[in-house]
Amino acid sequence: MPECPECGAAITIPANAMQHELLPCPDCGTELEIISLNPLTLDRAPEVQEDWGE
Amino acid sequence: MIRVGIVGASGYTGGELLRLLLTHPEIEVVQATSESYIGKFAFQVHPQLRGQTQLRFIGRDALQSCDLLFLALPHGEAQKYIDRYAALAPKIVDLSADFRLRDPAAYASTYGHEHLAPEWLERFVYGLPELTRNSLRSANYASGVGCNATATTLAVYALVKAGMLPPTQPIIADIKVGSSEAGSTPTDSSHHPARSGIVRPFQLTGHRHEAEVRQSLAAAGAYDIRLSVTSVELVRGVSAAIHLSLPIGLSDKDLWSAYRAAWNTEPFVRPVHEKSGLHRHPEPRLLAGTNYADVGWEYDPATGRTVLLSALDNLGKGAAGSAVQCMNLMCGFEETTALTFGGFYP
Repeated sequence: MPECPECGAAITIPANAMQHELLPCPDCGTELEIISLNPLTLDRAPEVQEDWGE
Repeated sequence: MIRVGIVGASGYTGGELLRLLLTHPEIEVVQATSESYIGKFAFQVHPQLRGQTQLRFIGRDALQSCDLLFLALPHGEAQKYIDRYAALAPKIVDLSADFRLRDPAAYASTYGHEHLAPEWLERFVYGLPELTRNSLRSANYASGVGCNATATTLAVYALVKAGMLPPTQPIIADIKVGSSEAGSTPTDSSHHPARSGIVRPFQLTGHRHEAEVRQSLAAAGAYDIRLSVTSVELVRGVSAAIHLSLPIGLSDKDLWSAYRAAWNTEPFVRPVHEKSGLHRHPEPRLLAGTNYADVGWEYDPATGRTVLLSALDNLGKGAAGSAVQCMNLMCGFEETTALTFGGFYP
């Protein structure tokens, strides 16, 4: 089972999850991004940057 | 079904006990004493119980035998009559400070007088199930817990258990408390114009609960842990911030690992350490009326400076909630029975 890169919590991935889907860690609340599904890779989701939406 | 009595049921902890016990499917509250309100309905003193019970207060001289007695008396009263209460019930949970400490000398130095029934101290199990669960399962006598002691012990316990916090440094617990800690008897300091809006340093050194915390942690070492208590604008609630140093360079994963090892199987202690949002740390307001204690931390990896956090309801996990949890264990009931209320928000 994948772990939260921030706190090490076991993360349950929904069966229908998609690449780049965001989901929160149930322990520390960090927003995570599914970087890839095969192999399953999680990372901290990028925070909103200054020029997003500009 | 067991038959339960409450001695000293007109105070705030007595009222909280009644509120919890009236929802408990395995017990019947058959008697509740109050020397000040003999003959009054319990709901006349505890209005939250209106429609819940027609129980009327009796004097302690009218107590009958029952299966278990809760003693919710002012400190010092239970030890005066403990033989008498023990003759009335085979099991006792005492919520006062009278039977929390095992060592008569520690009791005398902490409370300023010799214990009146020192032979009873060893018979009581300290009533914090997170530390003494197995002993409570076979106990006939359980003490209550100090609310500030509980907040402090639970805040540091994960790191103590993990061996990450050896007893090599003074530890300062800065504790903010609500007005219900002072009990239901009005005093000059609880008078509304004097109490409202305060942030009043109450007892910054020499707090009596220090001895309880040291006793609870003694198996892991002789911790020099000091409580500084400040009264704040809360009715219910304890918020503890324990200041200490850890080695530099730890990660949040290291701390999470220790907290999970200590608390993941505990029904009423929850690590709270969120990375975002409003409620990142334990907050007492969210726990009013519950038996939960939330614990957390803030750690600076560059300096090792650490603040361990906890919050609870002083009348709940800090008193009546823990007492009911003890009863559940002592009587073989499911430990969480009558204790799963989750609070309310906002």
